Amino acid sequence: MSVERALEGVGTFLDDRLHGARGVRVLLRKVFPDHWSFLLGEIILYSFIILLLTGTFLTLWFQPSMTDVIYHGSYIPLRGVRMSEAYASTLNISFDVRGGLLMREIHHWAADLFMAAIMAHMIRVFFTGAYRKPREINWLIGIVLFTLGMFEGLFGYSLPDDLLSGAGLRITEGILQSLPIVGTYLAFFLFGGPFPGHEIIPRLYILHVLVIPGLILALVTVHLFLMFHQKHTQMPGKGRTNTNVVGSPMYPYFMAKTGAFFFFTFAALALAATFAQINPIWLYGPYNPVAMSAGSQPDFYMGALEGSLRMFPAWQWVMFGHTWAFNVFVPALLPLGIIFGGAAIWPFLEQWITGDRSEHHLNDRPRNAPTRTALGIAMITFYGVLWAEGANDIIANHLDISLYLTTWIARVAWLVAPILAYIITKRICLGLQRKDRHLLEHGVETGIIRQLPGGEFIEETRPVDEEALAVLTSRSELPPLPSLEAAEGEVPPPGMRGALGKVRERLYNVVTESVPLPESHGNGHGNGHALEAVGADEHGQGSLPAGTGTEQRGGQDQH
Amino acid sequence: MSDTNSPGQPDSGNSGELSWPEYLTGGESRGAVPPGAQAAEPEGHAAPHRVIGTPPPAVARKLLAADGGGISRETVRELPAEPDDPRRAKRVEKLVAACFLVAGLAGLAFMVFYGTIGVGSITNVLHSNLALGGSMALMFLLLGIGTVLWVRHLMPTVELAEDRHPMAATPQERAAFKETFQEGAEASQFVKRPIIRRSLIAATIPMAVAPIFLLRDMGPLPGTSLDTTVWRKGLRLLVYGTGRPISAAEFNSPGALISVGPEGYLDNDNAMAKAAVSLIKFRPGELVYGPPARPGGPSVRDKVVPNWTVDNIVAYSKICTHLGCPAALYEQTTHRILCPCHQSTFLATEGAKVIFGPATRPLPQLPIGVDSEGYLIATGPFNEPVGPSFWERS
Repeated sequence: MSVERALEGVGTFLDDRLHGARGVRVLLRKVFPDHWSFLLGEIILYSFIILLLTGTFLTLWFQPSMTDVIYHGSYIPLRGVRMSEAYASTLNISFDVRGGLLMREIHHWAADLFMAAIMAHMIRVFFTGAYRKPREINWLIGIVLFTLGMFEGLFGYSLPDDLLSGAGLRITEGILQSLPIVGTYLAFFLFGGPFPGHEIIPRLYILHVLVIPGLILALVTVHLFLMFHQKHTQMPGKGRTNTNVVGSPMYPYFMAKTGAFFFFTFAALALAATFAQINPIWLYGPYNPVAMSAGSQPDFYMGALEGSLRMFPAWQWVMFGHTWAFNVFVPALLPLGIIFGGAAIWPFLEQWITGDRSEHHLNDRPRNAPTRTALGIAMITFYGVLWAEGANDIIANHLDISLYLTTWIARVAWLVAPILAYIITKRICLGLQRKDRHLLEHGVETGIIRQLPGGEFIEETRPVDEEALAVLTSRSELPPLPSLEAAEGEVPPPGMRGALGKVRERLYNVVTESVPLPESHGNGHGNGHALEAVGADEHGQGSLPAGTGTEQRGGQDQH
Repeated sequence: MSDTNSPGQPDSGNSGELSWPEYLTGGESRGAVPPGAQAAEPEGHAAPHRVIGTPPPAVARKLLAADGGGISRETVRELPAEPDDPRRAKRVEKLVAACFLVAGLAGLAFMVFYGTIGVGSITNVLHSNLALGGSMALMFLLLGIGTVLWVRHLMPTVELAEDRHPMAATPQERAAFKETFQEGAEASQFVKRPIIRRSLIAATIPMAVAPIFLLRDMGPLPGTSLDTTVWRKGLRLLVYGTGRPISAAEFNSPGALISVGPEGYLDNDNAMAKAAVSLIKFRPGELVYGPPARPGGPSVRDKVVPNWTVDNIVAYSKICTHLGCPAALYEQTTHRILCPCHQSTFLATEGAKVIFGPATRPLPQLPIGVDSEGYLIATGPFNEPVGPSFWERS
């Protein structure tokens, strides 16, 4: 066939020059494990690509200039209004460039999706323990990418110089000014003088279209390269171990699936942009420092910062002739610092506590790491309270309660809710573990009631199948704490002595709290407590007593 | 390529038998494995690196292990070429093709809509956005659906297993790396000749610091510019929006709030960002007065300065003392000024003192009076910096 010959020709040409046949062949067969949650990371990548494509389109018309102009374009309500060139050119893109509004809206929705997908992906990675050795570096890169994404988004939506985003810049300036010692200087250098000046939009523009996307692109590349090099983690399942990767090969399966996923992401964003209006800057009007509307909200990923600023008490000192604006710089830096810093430290802290320095490629089920899961939920709750407080005026309005009450609720919930979330989540995880243990010990209830010769009624159970068995029994083995191995009265080994050792021992007990698996996790064993009759076969096949195996399954089919 | 399983990379070089990728290349890649690495690898791995997961792995493993390196290309086929259910495959084939065809049509429609629906008015933009966005979404959606149907129902189900190897290199490899690194360091003389080393380090410090100097001209130094606004004695208060001066007689409905700015600066955003003022008219008896201000002296907090008002009209800075947003919302009945950004709330009758929210200071009061023509004027500048806190503020 001529296609085949043409392909062979191209292949030969490339291989003669690049020696690709061997490496690329292996690449084509690279195995990708499958799980729906692994797609979250792909959403990030694809929304980033869509951001680059639509963003490039927007730069063809956008003028990053704060020069005053009088608007004469197609949007009649604003004709004759004084505004910056940046705002006028954004109106121009929206009303006078075909497809301009669509691209603007896809761009904005894609930015929100990008951040939302980053959060979802981070949550997935955290709860499955996929950040553990050897993937700590990628976890840290992810945190940096999240932070960069926040700045990229903030700078991006500030560019149109509309009333809403101008207020965002004003707040940015206020936060910078509040920083001790350097604050005023930083603000003056960033804005090129007093607020708003004429420099900030061009400066944000170059950061938004070149510097930060360049950094994101570089880090995404490293992130993907490391993922590729270390191979993807996998969910527990039959035949999946810590030393293999089970899945379908890259070519053609993964390539086709991921291609489809790109189309779906683009389709979802196009649908959102068509039917759900976002950032209608023509309704907000151009920025002016005197006006502001009620219900002003930043984009969702800045909501936690906004909420933090809203709920923090009015604490401020004048000491040594200087103003310490704790009411600004503490809420601006501390809560997100706790979340990002905590996330960055956690993998290493966990390693120190558990002493577990081994590689983990098989993901944990969240219930099997109750403390980690509880901590994660507590952090999400912490973030969620701040985030909700960022929209407290909207909440107060819709629920018809006092605005101040919402703030007070947030002030209390900020401290209490994470603790409650921790306790509840840990209980739920341990409960789920007990349920798993019950399944392993007693098998799956079939709903079939049998009468024994003695007259006793029992419910038939059947053993869990092999796939479920592999999932249920999958646990990360943790090394015992050195001092726990030492017998009573012996001197604990070095590293476990002193206050730090004591702390570690206590934390170890908290972190490793778990419901143990049954002694022999022999498969479910038929009737009730008939463990002795089964002989605890590892794979639960063959040695089941009559009437518990296929017969029972047949019985289930009839129901 | 980065795949650690690729032949020729040390960690795939198990001794004793050929791993899966190698038997196809006739084992030639073993030459690329450093001798030390091979010797260090533990024995074991009776199974080859890759096996077919379904159908049962045991079969495939046996087949590969029996043939070892002598196996020929034709006998092993990891990916089956026939779909699992040929009859359904035929149906799905048509469905996939239909998806792709309609996707193509949607793409054509996009171009037609681009050409036929103009923009330039709100209605046109609305139609254009619906048509372009809808056709674009349909195109991508059908491409995605078609591809997924194709993968799920036409491509045979297959699951492969690939071995993982520890990320860490073997001790031998590490030792070899260390040796190479040290040889390089020694050959460079960097260690042996400290004067070169130290002078190089000394030179890099200015190199790193110099670019920071370049940033100096990004903005002027703040100086005392944050302490003052453009307000000064005699400037008229102009209504923001109309630009007209206002007299106390005109501004006579109690409960009203208007934004005003200094004469000559209404279109100056830099000036207005600090000088914007809210002018509020009260009923007699509503205001809680403190002692009159002495020239140059500090005003009393949480009280209205009586000699800075005109006929129950008070002027407060509009710039929120929390983060600088315009404190633009005013509730007439409770006399509360609310900043919509972070909900700092100021009580207008009592010197705009903070009654809720994160702001720490009242909105400064502007001294106002009346000029010879009866228009409201400033009788002096603000007596403290307006807007958010900053380090140098005392």
